[in-house]
Amino acid sequence: MRAYIPSYQLVTPPSLGEALDVLAADGGVWRPFAGGTDLMVLLEAGKLPHKNYLNIWNLKELRGIEVTAQHVTLGALTTYTEVQQEKVLQEEFPMLCQAASETGGLAIQNRGTLGGNIVNASPAADSPPALLTYDAELELISLGGARWVAYHGFHTGYKQMIIRPDELLTRIRLPRSADKLQHYYRKVGTRKAQAISKVCFAGTAQVRDGKIEDLRIALGSIAPVPLRCVKTEDALRGSELNQPAIAQARAVLANEIVPIDDIRSTSNYRHQVSLNLLEDFLRQLSA
Amino acid sequence: MSASPNHPIGKSVPRKEGRKKVTGQALYVDDISFAEMIYGVTVRSSVPRGRITNISFAGDTPWDEFTIVTAKDIRDIGGENYVALILNDQPYLADEVVNHAEEAIVLLAHPNKYLLEEARRNVRIEYEELPAILTLEDSVDKKEIIWGEDNVFKTFLVDKGNVDEAWTNADLIVEGEYFTGAQEQLYIENNGVIAIANEHDGVTVWGSMQCPYYVHKALIKLFALPEDKVRVIQTETGGGFGGKEEYPSIIAGHAALLSLKCGKPVKIIYDRAEDMVATTKRHPSRTRHKTAVTKDGKLVAMDIEFVIDGGAYCTLSPVVLSRGTIHAAGPYFSPNVRIRSSAVATNIPPHGAFRGFGAPQGIFALERHLDKVAKAVGLTPDEFRRRNFIQQGETTATSQIIREKVDMAGLLDRAFELTGYHEKRQRFAKENEQSRVKKGIGFATFMHGAGFTGSGEVYLASVVGAEATSEGRVKILAASTEIGQGTNTIFAQIASEALGVDSDLIEVAQPDTANVPNSGPTVASRTCMVVGKLVESAVLALKQTLVGSGLLREDYSQSEFQEACRTHIEKFGPLKTFSTYQAPPNIHWNDEKYQGDAYGAYAWAVYVAEVSVDSLTYEAQVEDFVALQEVGRVINPVLATGQIEGGVAQGIGFTLFENVVWQNGRMANNQMTNYIMPTPADIPPIRVYFEENPYAYGPGGAKGIGELPMDGPAPAILNAIENATGVSFDHVPLMPEAIMENLTNVLHGITL
Ligand SMILES: Cc1cc2nc3c(=O)[nH]c(=O)nc-3n(C[C@H](O)[C@H](O)[C@H](O)COP(=O)(O)OP(=O)(O)OC[C@H]3O[C@@H](n4cnc5c(N)ncnc54)[C@H](O)[C@@H]3O)c2cc1C
Repeated sequence: MRAYIPSYQLVTPPSLGEALDVLAADGGVWRPFAGGTDLMVLLEAGKLPHKNYLNIWNLKELRGIEVTAQHVTLGALTTYTEVQQEKVLQEEFPMLCQAASETGGLAIQNRGTLGGNIVNASPAADSPPALLTYDAELELISLGGARWVAYHGFHTGYKQMIIRPDELLTRIRLPRSADKLQHYYRKVGTRKAQAISKVCFAGTAQVRDGKIEDLRIALGSIAPVPLRCVKTEDALRGSELNQPAIAQARAVLANEIVPIDDIRSTSNYRHQVSLNLLEDFLRQLSA
Repeated sequence: MSASPNHPIGKSVPRKEGRKKVTGQALYVDDISFAEMIYGVTVRSSVPRGRITNISFAGDTPWDEFTIVTAKDIRDIGGENYVALILNDQPYLADEVVNHAEEAIVLLAHPNKYLLEEARRNVRIEYEELPAILTLEDSVDKKEIIWGEDNVFKTFLVDKGNVDEAWTNADLIVEGEYFTGAQEQLYIENNGVIAIANEHDGVTVWGSMQCPYYVHKALIKLFALPEDKVRVIQTETGGGFGGKEEYPSIIAGHAALLSLKCGKPVKIIYDRAEDMVATTKRHPSRTRHKTAVTKDGKLVAMDIEFVIDGGAYCTLSPVVLSRGTIHAAGPYFSPNVRIRSSAVATNIPPHGAFRGFGAPQGIFALERHLDKVAKAVGLTPDEFRRRNFIQQGETTATSQIIREKVDMAGLLDRAFELTGYHEKRQRFAKENEQSRVKKGIGFATFMHGAGFTGSGEVYLASVVGAEATSEGRVKILAASTEIGQGTNTIFAQIASEALGVDSDLIEVAQPDTANVPNSGPTVASRTCMVVGKLVESAVLALKQTLVGSGLLREDYSQSEFQEACRTHIEKFGPLKTFSTYQAPPNIHWNDEKYQGDAYGAYAWAVYVAEVSVDSLTYEAQVEDFVALQEVGRVINPVLATGQIEGGVAQGIGFTLFENVVWQNGRMANNQMTNYIMPTPADIPPIRVYFEENPYAYGPGGAKGIGELPMDGPAPAILNAIENATGVSFDHVPLMPEAIMENLTNVLHGITL
């Protein structure tokens, strides 16, 4: 343990109201501590500069999965294990379940939360590509009240977000679709399990009579933020599902992404694999 | 012979210390505590090469509470500031200059671990940086002289026949160049020690280690103490793989220096980040082959140049180089062989012992190269090897005559049968045309010598003792350590077999230099074959003493044996016998010419790998693995199988996953998040088969197996990848990124 533990503080507010009071009191002094699966790693390595944490694990308002005709709404503290067990998610949002099943190992899946994955804002996180393609919305609450924002656009730059220091992410809402969607999710990690993504691809589409009526594509580990590939989507929306369209889509995506080199992989690799996965996605649609 | 039918050799007797380990009773060094004990940490260099211009103690750290040790303290106690090993060039604490990043400069001790970490960050060291050499290539090219006169720690020349004259007799000459990377040992338990040192009693160290007497030898010099004032005790050890061969001498010295200065017991335990960034790894290597063959595929000459990157100090590099050199020409007969090898210096943390000890590097190059040669001559990889396998009575590269029975072709037949090799070669070729996932199968054939090279065992002159107790039990006294590989269990099996008593009656003493003789280091696949044989002769001597004194008849029962021990001790006092190593007959080695009997015995093996390469993601997955080996007699099948499975898994890591990312001479990915070892999901079923051909000079007929399984996976897998993709790769680790760079032309994802 490289951190100097006595300099850290963790407080446990008994209710959401009190949690928001603490967050509002001295702007930015206290930060949420959910499952701790990102924070504890930094602490151990002596790389957690922020010192004061608010334990939100017991806030029941941030738990549970609610299903209405229009939406599936998940508490921010929903764990990966809970995601995988939810029937509606398995049926209508399978990529989120798949992302959850490929996140860490069992211990992490029991403790890590969807809210933590979003606000930790790692470009390599595995749920965001699925959430982006499902047009997720986020509920942010402060003493001043609640607001719903689209997840697409939530991340504004590397580890930059539109959430304010006095706000908590409380719920994540997924709009249900009447149409039958096809889903394609592929995490390319550094190994088969317990891996950080080098490329993570999520795509949904609706195809009718050989024509792409609608589709959404998102990539993880490619940009400073989880990336919704709007230009590629636009190029494909309404087009026939054929060879030239696929070639055209590869070319558009090639211009839309500028992947990075880092300790885990190369820009070239990320680039090439993203294009390959796009092609595989489209081919599976035509199949 | 004994009356009791005790024949534990060949049986899977449960691990002696297994119960203690699984119930958490086994004490590892971090489980141990002493009154007044405080903690130590190491402050390390941030530059790869430079002159230290200033050290200051900054921040709001209460420095007067800290024990601080620098190189000056070693001068003050009259000690030698070097880690005694081979060349004695590595300082315990850098004095004026640093030669690699993460070199130890300052030691700190304090009772509060957390404060200690703050303090470590507050030590400011300033440098005048010097130009550094960070790659093997730059060292060989002498871009800068950073060690000695030529950056070279050691060279060897093996010369058989006349290579230079052989080229003209060849129909074909094939050249190739191959590279292997560094690899981290990744034992589960990081390096750690506790030391108690004071003027009166000298130095005592408890720690996780493979070689207590190496630590002993180093501490004697560091503290300028007589042998009996230094005591080293091995605590339960959570793996070593070579990573705890030489390094414990350093951390033990550090803890002892702190303890001597503060007068309290000091514990130093590295966390994973420090263990990875600062301690030894496998030597990276470059091998060049030039091979002459006739058109019908007979080897005429092998010219091999083998270079390993030793890092900043010599440490064990000459010995690693030696084993690598001798194994570089493999289990083949060639009338002319020349191997020129060298270990060179770079400004990166010293590379060290790691399972296989240079052999996996050379064998990787050779077994890749032979596939290339086979292709050039127009033969299949197997047919080409069959024409060149060494036969009983033929000579190796060092002109050692193989006297034991060897049947590489027979092993190959069996391995192919077990894997359906030929059928798969054909089927995959057809299926791959249609498939996005390309499949392939490949193999490697190799040998691995057990025990120290050449005259090494004679110089070591290892000793093992056996002591009878008044309860009629027998205690084995040896410095050979249990590091998870099964030393305790097989020693008990060997002793029990020799005495004809239950293996429960055999105890293996904790390695403690105050109580056990020097049976040599726990390395080089020598513990079973060499030390095990000494265990056998020590207990037989004990039995002989009892028989000779008339207390035991030749044909005894277990209770008679116990009774005889008891009576002997009552009458004559403690009963101990010792056995010292003697080379088997007909072993001759010329150290100057590097010619002769390099090893007493070799294990012989054929490993077959089946792979798939996904052309979407360029990931290679090993789908099936067969490891077939002839290892003399198998003492304990479960333990032996475990050794092979673990070694193959480690070999798969070496081949496809474990990539040390160097940045300015420092490992940048020193966490297990980013230094990727394979998980069970990445490892295929590993199917292990043994053939047994008892070796006359091993206990119960056993040879060594510890390092062997590290040799075969890398070439077998890359040969399979070539079979799958048609592309020949010449380096490991082979990451998907590199596969992509070479495959996009060939496969182009899914072609449009
Ligand atoms: C071994 C291991 C494996 C892992 N594998 C993966 C993987 O495969 N894929 C992957 O994507 N991630 C992985 N992770 C990362 C991590 O588990 C996830 O990001 C997890 O979802 C984080 O959730 P948490 O509740 O533990 O977050 P915490 O660590 O508690 O918090 C993370 C950040 O989010 C903030 N935060 C948390 N909840 C809220 C909230 N409700 N409102 C506002 N801010 C909040 C915190 O302040 C903090 O900054 C792994 C981690 C480990 C240790």
